[in-house]
Amino acid sequence: MTLTYHLQIVNLLAALLLLISFAMLSQRRIAGLITLFAWQGAALAASTLLVAWSTGQHHLYYSAAITLVLKVIAMPWYFFHIVRKLDVDRDVEPMINIPTTMLIGIVLVIFAFNLALPISELSGTVMRSTLGIALATVLLAFLMMITRRKAIPQVIGFLAMENGLFFAATSTSYGMPLVVELGVALDVMVAVFVLSIFFFQIRETFDSLDLKHMEKLKEK
Amino acid sequence: MIATLPVLPPDPVQWAWGLVLFWLALGFSALPLQRSPRALGRLVFPAGALGALGIAGVGMAGMVLPASTAILPIGLPDLPFHLRLDALSAFFMVLLGGAAFGVSVYASGYFRSMAPGPLALLALWYHLFLAGMVTVLLADDAYAFMVAWEVMALSSYFLVTTDHKIPAIRSAGFLYLLIAHVGAVALLLAFGVLHGGHGDYTFDAMRLAQTPPFWASVAFLLALFGFGAKAGLVPMHVWLPEAHPAAPSPVSALMSGVMLKTAIYGLLRVSFDLLDVQVAWWGTLALALGLVTALYGVIFAAVQSDMKRLLAWSSIENIGIIVAAFGLTLIFATDGKGALAALTLTALLYHALNHAFFKGLLFIGTGSVLHATGVRHMGHLGGLMRFMPWTAWLVLIGALAIAGLPPLNGFVSEWLLLQAFLLTPGLTQPYLNMVIPVAAATVALAAALAAYVMVKFFGVVFLGQPRDPALLEAHEAGWPERLGMLWLAAGCVLLGLFPALVIGWLAPVVQLLTGETLVNDASWLLLAPVSSERASYAPLIFFAVVLTVLLLTILWVRRVYHGRVRRSAPWDCGYPEQDARMQDSAEGFGQPIRQIFEVFMKVERETPDPFSRTPRYRGASLDKLWFLLYEPIARVAGWLSDQAARLQHGRIQWYLIYSFATLIVLLVFTR
Repeated sequence: MTLTYHLQIVNLLAALLLLISFAMLSQRRIAGLITLFAWQGAALAASTLLVAWSTGQHHLYYSAAITLVLKVIAMPWYFFHIVRKLDVDRDVEPMINIPTTMLIGIVLVIFAFNLALPISELSGTVMRSTLGIALATVLLAFLMMITRRKAIPQVIGFLAMENGLFFAATSTSYGMPLVVELGVALDVMVAVFVLSIFFFQIRETFDSLDLKHMEKLKEK
Repeated sequence: MIATLPVLPPDPVQWAWGLVLFWLALGFSALPLQRSPRALGRLVFPAGALGALGIAGVGMAGMVLPASTAILPIGLPDLPFHLRLDALSAFFMVLLGGAAFGVSVYASGYFRSMAPGPLALLALWYHLFLAGMVTVLLADDAYAFMVAWEVMALSSYFLVTTDHKIPAIRSAGFLYLLIAHVGAVALLLAFGVLHGGHGDYTFDAMRLAQTPPFWASVAFLLALFGFGAKAGLVPMHVWLPEAHPAAPSPVSALMSGVMLKTAIYGLLRVSFDLLDVQVAWWGTLALALGLVTALYGVIFAAVQSDMKRLLAWSSIENIGIIVAAFGLTLIFATDGKGALAALTLTALLYHALNHAFFKGLLFIGTGSVLHATGVRHMGHLGGLMRFMPWTAWLVLIGALAIAGLPPLNGFVSEWLLLQAFLLTPGLTQPYLNMVIPVAAATVALAAALAAYVMVKFFGVVFLGQPRDPALLEAHEAGWPERLGMLWLAAGCVLLGLFPALVIGWLAPVVQLLTGETLVNDASWLLLAPVSSERASYAPLIFFAVVLTVLLLTILWVRRVYHGRVRRSAPWDCGYPEQDARMQDSAEGFGQPIRQIFEVFMKVERETPDPFSRTPRYRGASLDKLWFLLYEPIARVAGWLSDQAARLQHGRIQWYLIYSFATLIVLLVFTR
């Protein structure tokens, strides 16, 4: 009985994750995007914690802690810092208008659920129904990277994709081995640092973070 | 080095590997030594030469000892390097060590004027190149072979591009690298076919594998293509005339004299050792390709006016002759004529050894000329015999040898090969019987034209009057250079004078590959490969007669006919005024050949204005194959890459869409 109760909360958190993904797709302001990203991380950390507690998988506690520290506190803070320093928080018009993006997003979610159906039947974990949501989160984050013009939203999209993958791992197989997770966390951190260096370089070169300037870098 | 060698007496293969390690250590020791270029010249290259001598010695021992093997603890996990030294490898090691000794001695003097940094790098690549070549000969599994093959290709690429600041040299290097790698891919595929899906890439496993004739043919064709690309068989020869002039002369000498032979080694190894069956038409194909290559090479050599390019084309010709001999060996072997196959194989090996010596000698000879004058174009040379007598006389020996004149070594191998051709009426295939006399005629034509080429080479560069006043300043090569050339020239003479001994020495290799040996039914003085009634050759007697006649003539002319000095002026034998511009030029000398064989060439000419006070003539005969084969391929590749470049918008969103679409498609597929 308690298991179902936990399961329901995990499902709720999963739904929240998906909702936040859609919210990120429709958010125009960078500051808002960062807040949403932090919330997504929080939902992820909470669901991981819950799975850890209900199944007794100890290493998932560490995963939850890493997620909390990195994705809810450190990175959003760092992004806010960059946004303030570079002074780029303005409304941005995405490449495709927002209603269309949302429609494409819905199609992707249907596709993801359809795809996850046979896989989640094979999986024996308590959270198997959430695999579709995890996949949908990955695809939606990818879609966000495609539709944004500025560098920071793209990086956030990249990190949101990582969130989705992490969620997929916990939902199908109670997470990856801790070593792998530590490695991934380190990778993500390094990626953020490298990309932030790029932000400053791009900004210095083109006086803007708009990626259309990078078309000039093409040969010929 | 001592530590790697276990308790004496170790197998030859361990000695050989120890010397490879010695070369590697020597190469890397050049880097910290770059502060003192003197040490590089006086220490590293002479020590490398000693290593070469050691390799030759190990090869000598390996020729007579039974095959020895070793497994090295390097390589990938569960995939160690297997080494094996049998008579075939040993023969090519003698070839390598013998030629590399002369070239290394030469190099210790040749590079003295080079800047220390590049010189240290050159010493590193040079010894890596030598070590790579020996490892190719030692390798006993496909993995070690390919690693060594690539080490050889890459280090020689860096040697070719030593003067990488010159754009033409960079593009020559690129062409070399490209063709080397296309060839390497073919070799990789050939080994893949040979191993036949057992998962065991050792040569031992390949020897035991039963290859069906179709797949054996596929493997043979791939090997012929791959090794042909390295050896310079037409139409994969285009890199040779570009890369050899670009490389420093000792490097050209090694590449032409030794590296091309590793391809011949590979051909012999794959077709006679690794493949368990031989099919008759392989021989016909190799014979035809070899003859075309020989003729093509010698024709283009005749019309070159850059001396190193001329020698590069001449290398193509010699490789053609060797591959023709290889084809003929295959024909005899598949026809059950073991004794004749042994004769042809002997000629092949002999010619490979000879070519290593005389072509090495000629290339380092051009290096000395280049050092002395700074000119490679024969139109600006001439009359150098007066200023550089040592170089000139030694190069003359090499030129006579390559022209196939007795009593030097080139004659012996070509004579043996022609003997083999004359015996083809014994073949059971009637069509081959009819065609092969034409092939023999082609070999004879190529040999004659090679003599023509050498007359041009030696005559234009060393004889006559200097075509440029700057040549009066030309200086003779230093002692290390002379010693290097002397070693190779001595090789040419000795290999020519004692052919019966050399043939006896070659017997284990021939026995290994064909199962029979060449019966020389005469004493060490006389060479009679078939029977002394049919044909025989006694080089020492010939040499003695030639020498006697020559000395008597000189004596007679000097003492009896007119011993006094004559001074003459008035009509001056009809040449009252003669200067360097009246001499036959390199272009002029090659002109008849160009007229006859113009179909193969694309001739570019710039003729001077009739009223010009300083008339200049420029002519170039370009390889038509380049325009007919390579440029269309290059154009197709360019078009394809242009199409692929359309994918590149420079817009990051599009790139993301590409990966997104790929992800979706893959997800759909994996459902």
